[in-house]
Amino acid sequence: MTGETVTSAIFGRLTWESFPIHEPILLVTFAVVVLLGLGIVGAVTKYRLWGWLWREWLTSVDHKKIGIMYIVLGIIMLLRGFADALMMRAQQAMAFGASQGYLPAHHYDQVFTAHGTIMIFFVAIPLVVGLINFVMPLQIGARDVAFPFLNNLSFWLTVAGALLVMVSLFVGEFSRGGWLNYVPVTNLQNSPDTGPDYYLWALQIAGVGTTLSAINMVTTIIKMRAPGMTMMKMPVFCWTALCSNVLAIAIFPVLTGAFALLMLDRYVGTNFFTNDLGGNPMMYWNLVWIWGHPEVYVLVLPVFGIYSEITSTFTGKRLFGYSSMVYATVVITILSYLVWLHHFFTMGSGASVNSFFGIATMVISIPTGAKIFNWLFTMYRGRIRYELPMMWVIAFMLTFVVGGMTGVLLAVPPADFVLHNSLFLVAHFHNVIIGGVVFGLFAGLDYWFPKAFGFKLDRFWGRIHFWGWVIGYWVAWTPIYVVGLMGTTRRVRHFDDPSLQIWFVLAAIGALIILVGIAAFVIQIAVSIMRRDQLRDTTGDPWHGRTLEWSTASPPPAYNFAFTPQVHALDAWYDMKDRGAQRPVTGFAPIHMPRNTGAGVILSAMAMVLGFAMIWYIWWLAAVSAVALLVYGVAHTFNYNRDYYIPADEVAEEEDARSRLLAAGA
Amino acid sequence: MSETAHGHAEVPHGSRRGYLIGFLLSVVLTAVPFWLVMTGVIGDAATVAAIIIALAVVQILVHTVCFLHVNSQSEGGWTLLAYAFAAVIVLIVIAGSLWIMYHLNTNMMPMTSMDGPS
Repeated sequence: MTGETVTSAIFGRLTWESFPIHEPILLVTFAVVVLLGLGIVGAVTKYRLWGWLWREWLTSVDHKKIGIMYIVLGIIMLLRGFADALMMRAQQAMAFGASQGYLPAHHYDQVFTAHGTIMIFFVAIPLVVGLINFVMPLQIGARDVAFPFLNNLSFWLTVAGALLVMVSLFVGEFSRGGWLNYVPVTNLQNSPDTGPDYYLWALQIAGVGTTLSAINMVTTIIKMRAPGMTMMKMPVFCWTALCSNVLAIAIFPVLTGAFALLMLDRYVGTNFFTNDLGGNPMMYWNLVWIWGHPEVYVLVLPVFGIYSEITSTFTGKRLFGYSSMVYATVVITILSYLVWLHHFFTMGSGASVNSFFGIATMVISIPTGAKIFNWLFTMYRGRIRYELPMMWVIAFMLTFVVGGMTGVLLAVPPADFVLHNSLFLVAHFHNVIIGGVVFGLFAGLDYWFPKAFGFKLDRFWGRIHFWGWVIGYWVAWTPIYVVGLMGTTRRVRHFDDPSLQIWFVLAAIGALIILVGIAAFVIQIAVSIMRRDQLRDTTGDPWHGRTLEWSTASPPPAYNFAFTPQVHALDAWYDMKDRGAQRPVTGFAPIHMPRNTGAGVILSAMAMVLGFAMIWYIWWLAAVSAVALLVYGVAHTFNYNRDYYIPADEVAEEEDARSRLLAAGA
Repeated sequence: MSETAHGHAEVPHGSRRGYLIGFLLSVVLTAVPFWLVMTGVIGDAATVAAIIIALAVVQILVHTVCFLHVNSQSEGGWTLLAYAFAAVIVLIVIAGSLWIMYHLNTNMMPMTSMDGPS
């Protein structure tokens, strides 16, 4: 054997050239990441926090802690995804006529692919899943989710996927095929590099996590509601979480299947999505959009739930049209599955197919419009308190409706033939994702933060965060609507027509205003932690809430509720306060709880090594990690030491402390 | 976690008779397609394919009832509801994909005339 074959047997196709030491932008980024990483590792070591971190957080099966970890992941990845956005905005503002901008095409294509992939899979999904994880069990009066270990595993698999995407920045390169990794660009003959493989393995691993998490949440909602909470007495947020997760269970297997077929194409030479031997790239588009369109609703439905909870709380009224809200959610769930072709009207379907999917798409706007009216009627004659969460709701309604209208416009097939693949479309989906999903997630973070940590978020910095995003959104995306309507196509690195430049400069300014918003968000959290004593809430119910999560302490004890609450009405906590129900202070019993386990972290680390080895063709390592994954996974099923009891004394101690706090506050 | 999560007792696990019936039906439903293909009793390939698909659907239903114990009572109807939902979703995916891909194939292949389905 020559030296070269030995090296490639050990390292696969990983060589020194795989590391981008000749690219200054990446090198500087890498240096910053390494310095930050070393700083964090150093700080954790200095304050001897490794043991605490491992015992209390990383191995935790507590749904509240897992929810918080999901949200931390989402926020970190938001910073990465937004850095990509700034790079694109800068490039498009500069690259006109003779100027080529600063990003080569090869790099620019990776940036827009990474931006889309990260923002959907590693920002929006973790933030939505995180909020559901934290809030939903509290709202239904449960002590944890149905499968606590699975919850921990789902989280760590998502982290493993996110890490693989991050690794692609510095080792090899990422996909250039757009956020859905389109063939034929990502077929082996067109992209023999590691890019599409990074994409596929990262999303397959994270996708398993998302699917497992969805199964977990559906089971929890169906099986673990507090006595008396019938389906129609369940908070709207739980209903939307249920529908969203049912959708996720239905669609993620389709995505996994499509990716698996593409992997077979790339690794063993099948021809599912090539142009040869009966393969058909259009089938890939068909399959990924069967996932892709409902995915939009997987994200936005829980957020509609957040808006409902907030509107009702801050207007001091019961939600207008609760049952119509539930039915609208269910109808959207089903309709969202019947519209996927509108993403490729122009791919060659006949008039009957295009009309069917066009009309189905327009029909979705009816239940969605009903929701908007429900929120408006809830606010009508309500005593509205303009706290931060409520401000987001108003901004959402004003922004999202515009995105909804451009969506109906795009649903008309003849109009779509003009606007397809244009920046108008890009502006449309940023309008609904930022104006709908992102605003709602921030509303949810502002709303439930005091529940999670026991103190409110700072209002001053919260307002700057709010205005930065709202003004920034409109300044950044209105110009893109305009140039899109004039026919500018998406995913373009360089423009010839100098008259368009002003619009892209405006858009870049908008992105900088959003940057102010994001910076204010980070400052808001830091300032709130420093001023936590002034912002402290001892009641557990800082907003005069209506649902069960506000009936327990902030932060809630590990067992959530000392006694499982009895539910008699919708808005169960409001009903309890109304009837003057007394909080039980004696007669505590031991509480049965699930035990922490490191298995989720270990299994996910193995999955990540497997993914990395497969991406770089390091076959021996792939085989070793695959076997290890299987053996450890099976071995873990024999671990019967999974539960314990919190003794009655400890429960009594915790509850007495809360009684004293409540008495001191009153 | 509450006690209910450990209460698997109410889940029906079927009877020996149910499993035997399911096993026999599955064997028959598997043997018949093989027999049809191997002996070539029916000459027309399209008819054979249609019969095999029909038997495969029956096979799915047999597995659902005899092995997966889906019925209207289990879990207070949730099992049946989930099953019906899954069936609708699978139907939409398969029928929709066939419809779309048929259109795309007809319209996007190298064409001699401009007529496609409408």
